[in-house]
Amino acid sequence: MIESKLKVATCSLAGCFGCHMSLLDLDERLFELVDRIELDRSPLTDIKELGECDVGLIEGGVCNAENVHVLMEFRARCKILVAIGACALNGGVPAMRNQFSLKECLEESYLKEIGLVNPQIPDDPELPLLLNKVHPLHEVVKIDYFLPGCPPSADTIWTFISQLLSGQPIALSYTQIHYD
Amino acid sequence: MAEPQSSALTETVCDIVQRHSGMPTRLLQILRDVQDQLTWLAPETLDQVAQELGISPNKVHSVAEFYSFLYTAPRGCYDILFSDNITDRMLGNRELLHYLCDRLKVDIGETRADGTVTVGTTSCTGMCDQGPAALVNGYTLTRLDQTRLDRIAELVESRMPLEQWPPEFFEVSSNIRRADILLGRHFADGAALRAVLKRGAAVILEEMVKSGLRGQGGAGFKSAAKWISCRDAPGDVKYVVCNADEGEPGTFKDRVLMQDFADLVFEGMTLCGRVIGAEHGFVYLRGEYRYLLPSLKATLQRRREAGLLGNGILGDPTFNFDIDIHLGAGAYVCGEESALIESLEGKHGVPRIRPPFPTTHGYLNKPTVVNNVETFATTAKIAVEGGDWFASRGTLESKGTKLLSLSGDCERPGIYEYPFGVTVRRVLEDCGARDAQGIQMAGPAGHMISAKQFDRRICFEDLATGGSFMVFDQSRDILDGIRNFAHFFVHESCGFCTPCRVGTSLMRDLVIKVHTGHGTLYDLDEMRNLGRIMQVSCHCGLGQTAPNPVLDSLEQFPEAYEQRLRATTFEPAFDLNAALEEARQISGRTDAGAYLLDEDLLLIGAMP
Repeated sequence: MIESKLKVATCSLAGCFGCHMSLLDLDERLFELVDRIELDRSPLTDIKELGECDVGLIEGGVCNAENVHVLMEFRARCKILVAIGACALNGGVPAMRNQFSLKECLEESYLKEIGLVNPQIPDDPELPLLLNKVHPLHEVVKIDYFLPGCPPSADTIWTFISQLLSGQPIALSYTQIHYD
Repeated sequence: MAEPQSSALTETVCDIVQRHSGMPTRLLQILRDVQDQLTWLAPETLDQVAQELGISPNKVHSVAEFYSFLYTAPRGCYDILFSDNITDRMLGNRELLHYLCDRLKVDIGETRADGTVTVGTTSCTGMCDQGPAALVNGYTLTRLDQTRLDRIAELVESRMPLEQWPPEFFEVSSNIRRADILLGRHFADGAALRAVLKRGAAVILEEMVKSGLRGQGGAGFKSAAKWISCRDAPGDVKYVVCNADEGEPGTFKDRVLMQDFADLVFEGMTLCGRVIGAEHGFVYLRGEYRYLLPSLKATLQRRREAGLLGNGILGDPTFNFDIDIHLGAGAYVCGEESALIESLEGKHGVPRIRPPFPTTHGYLNKPTVVNNVETFATTAKIAVEGGDWFASRGTLESKGTKLLSLSGDCERPGIYEYPFGVTVRRVLEDCGARDAQGIQMAGPAGHMISAKQFDRRICFEDLATGGSFMVFDQSRDILDGIRNFAHFFVHESCGFCTPCRVGTSLMRDLVIKVHTGHGTLYDLDEMRNLGRIMQVSCHCGLGQTAPNPVLDSLEQFPEAYEQRLRATTFEPAFDLNAALEEARQISGRTDAGAYLLDEDLLLIGAMP
């Protein structure tokens, strides 16, 4: 019997791609990984349309309308959805703007900042519209697993993925998910 | 080089600090006095206090920012705070709050531009049997209604000094509805002190052991064991502390004891001093009971003159004991004994890690007995009447009687003293609560019970309580109460540990989500999970008990939640399209991309 590969999609919303870097940090374990999974939509494949998937890995929080759209699509098509990293779990660095109003943020960046030429707040329809606050993923869709860290280490990601793929209960050691 | 204004400030601060003998332990009292003079604590004022006391400005600033009743931003000359317990809400306080704000043309929580008045809300002020209540400049106003507020608005506008406001506005009734051995029997001042001098401290302590008395604040630790542990702790200097920081919403029995039975309480404290070998006692009176201060001070003075307090009590040169009253400043967490001690020491009230317990390392790290007001009052009676007399009432594990503070939907709210073991049903009958659907026992930190459990008994074996007993009748929405309690814990969390600081806020958000009809079954599970995390990981009892109202009501009143749930499996925590509105306005965009597409919104809750 040929075991079919599990389909995995990944994306970065309001994040810095640091969690994807950590994924690449799997190094030689990547060979084992590609033997067991098939990547669907992901920055690593450049596939634009998300197909039906077994697992979706998402880094970054939700800061704009496009993030909402992508996240909902992932939720609708992935059996298991995983929030990876501090921003996905808590909003992280992008959520620091939540201390201010959106107006204050935009004015600071586009009207007041020193050295601006032709200062104006962008209104191009091409740009995704910003939400008034940055939210963690679980405030928008149901999340099945949370993997904390900024970023979670390659070891943490590897432990998690290999346990998930083999159908074991997820059990991470203390140092893999605590940073004290 | 100092300007006239700042030299006046210096003088004010100097005078006040001197009045408190320049003691850093008096910091909270000093800040209260300074604020009374200046209406708020400006940064330069706090720096001045730090300089006069010779302590770091940071310490002074952190204390000023910790307590609700200390203001680090300008306040109106009249600072009006509506008590916002659920019992005040049942009596219509929200409508009255809006009414007064409209009359005075001021927004809730704001100070009017002319600096005349600030109107806001505060946690339960302990007037649940005579609400809606409020505080004006810290003094209690009871039985508010529109007529009263009309008059108050006039008094504020004409800047009438508080002393000239109608005295009936400040009238606080005791409403003692049922008296038993504590409230019902006459007590001759000094009787307990004569008993201890005649029979000796060891014999009195034996009586205490026999009585089986347990801490009446609600935790139920054996009082005699506490006293013995403190007596036997090494050290010459020991302290007696009376916990009158009655902050649990719905509780007001200590207020009545301090108002009508202060002698009995002071006598219990003095007795304790004799038994454990302490010469100094403190009453930690919650800031909301400031109105009691003059009468309490007068009672202390009278007792000194009668030889019941001070040096050489009852003519015995070895019997010295005196009591200071320390006024809190609006911090529920200070009802926890180690946070209370921190506050007594002039710090912000963050609970200590226990052990060591106060009986060995308490005030200033000296052995200290901290007992509730009711406990001290009871010890004085036991010293006179004996342990067996006391133990003849109550149940096997809960001897004697308990004062209950009844409020909410009942005909006769007030104080009821019952022998331990009384059923909830009996209490409800006595207070005229005909139509009760549930009781919040022992305050928000206690337990919510439904009609199925009205045959349960009030005692440590079954339903332990510090005394709060709030009745919800059939017309009430249980979730209104739960939401009120969730806000309460967010406000009162001291912020020291993350599970409490963050957990109380997350819980409030979930309660609001369900209350406003946006919750799903998933959110109820989230509440249960969060509650369990808080119970096991919070630093002190505040955080550990904060999820109780939610967890209890989920079990006792599932229909209150379920009838509001959405049929979907998952619902976002906020309105997605509304969250784009601000950006739409700023950018002026109205194109299709400025809204979430219908196909996106259709995906809400969709999962394979």
